[in-house]
Amino acid sequence: MFTEQVIYGLAGIGLFSLGLRMVFSAGALLRRVLAINFAGAGLFLLLIAVAYQGTGAVPDPVPHALVLTGIVVAFSATALALALGRRLRELSDDR
Amino acid sequence: MEPIVWMLIDMLLAVALVALGWASLASKDSRRAVVLFIGFGLLLALVWVRLRAPDIALAEAAIGAGLTGALLFSALGDEAGASPAGEQATAPTSAPLWHGVLLTVLSMGLAIVLGIAFVYALGHADPARLADEVYVNLADSGVSNPVTGVLLNFRAYDTLLELAVMLAAVLGVLALGPARPGYPASGPVFLALTRWLVPLLIVTGGYLLWAGAHAPGGAFQAGALLAAAGVLLRLAGDPAGGLPRGVAFRGLLVAGVAAFLVVGLAVMLAGRPFLDYPVNWAGSLILAIETAATFGIAATLVTAFVCGRPEQRPEKHRLAANARVQPRVEANGGERS
Repeated sequence: MFTEQVIYGLAGIGLFSLGLRMVFSAGALLRRVLAINFAGAGLFLLLIAVAYQGTGAVPDPVPHALVLTGIVVAFSATALALALGRRLRELSDDR
Repeated sequence: MEPIVWMLIDMLLAVALVALGWASLASKDSRRAVVLFIGFGLLLALVWVRLRAPDIALAEAAIGAGLTGALLFSALGDEAGASPAGEQATAPTSAPLWHGVLLTVLSMGLAIVLGIAFVYALGHADPARLADEVYVNLADSGVSNPVTGVLLNFRAYDTLLELAVMLAAVLGVLALGPARPGYPASGPVFLALTRWLVPLLIVTGGYLLWAGAHAPGGAFQAGALLAAAGVLLRLAGDPAGGLPRGVAFRGLLVAGVAAFLVVGLAVMLAGRPFLDYPVNWAGSLILAIETAATFGIAATLVTAFVCGRPEQRPEKHRLAANARVQPRVEANGGERS
C-alpha cells in the first residue's frame, strides 16, 4: 500500500459520494449532468489509485484502459443527456 | 525530491479536486459551475500524470475538460433562452427535509461500501494480477504501449462495444432534432488563429495516432484533437464544424465500428476466433483499426458538439432555426434529411 493510493483513493470516494448526493438534489438538468460527471471522475480516480504501483514500478494497464473507455462513454452520455434536455425544453416552450 | 514533499503535493492536489467539485456543484451560477468543472478536469489531468497514467491524462485534458466543457457551454446557451421560472420550480428547497437527510445517508453508505472495497483491493492484492498477464503477452500484441495493447488487442471486444455505445449515443442526438444554429463568422484575428491551429491540431492528432503503438496516445486522443479542430471551425463560423454531409458523414460516424467488424470477421475467415489477430499482422491490423476509429471518434465528438446533423449553408440554416413553424422551412427540413 502506498500513501499516494490512499490519498487519491479517498479523494475519489469523496468525489463519488458528493456527485451522487447532488445528482438527486440538484434542480436544473445541467447541474445533474455535472454532478454525475463528478461522480464518474471520482470512480475513475479510485480505479487508477488501485492500479498505481509506486513511483518505481509500471502501473496496471487494465484499469487504465477501462478508465480511458469510461471518459469517452461519459462524454457520449453527457451529450445525449444535454440533447434530451434541449428537446424537452423545446417541447415545453411550444406548448 | 523528498517523499514528504511529494506527499504534501498529493494532499494538496486531492483536496483541491474535492474542493473544486464542491465549489462547482454548490455554485448558484451555472456558468461558474461549468468553468469550475473545466478547471477540475485540467487538475485531474495533472493527477493522472502523477499516478503514471499519461494516456488518461491526454484523454482527460482533451475530452474530459476540453470537449465536455465546450459541450456544456453550448448547452448553457440553450438554458439562457429558457424562462428562469422553470429552474426555480425544481429548486432543491421544495423537497422535504427528510428527503435530503435520507439522500445524504444513502450516499455516505455507498461511500463506505466503496471504501471497504478499496481497502480490500489494496490489502489483498492478488499476486497473479491481470497486469502480469498483459506484460507477459505484450510482445505478441503488435504494440508496445500496454494500454493500447489492452484496448485494441487483449480487450478488443470492450473497445468495439464502446465504439458502438458512442454510435448509439450520437444516433440518439441526431434523432432529437435539428442542429444548434451556427455562430456568426468570426473576426480576422480569430480566423487567423484558426488557420494556424487547425493544421497544427491535425498534425498533432496524426502524431498521437502513430505514437499510440509505443508511447502515450492512440485513437481516442487523436480523435479528440481532430474533434477540437472541428469545434474551432464551428466557432469560426462553419456551422458543420468541418464535417461532410450525406453519405460521407454517415460513413465517418460508423468508421470505427465498421473497421473493427471487418477486421474481426476477416480473421474469422482465416480460421481464428473473432478479433484474435495473427501475431505477425497484429501491429498493422491495430493501426488500421485505430486510423478508422480516429476518424469515427472525431466525427462522433463533433456531431455531439453540433448537437445534430451538420448543415453547410448558414443562411438557410439560421432561417430554419428562427422560423421553424413556417411550411417553407418544413420543406427545407425534408430536403435535408
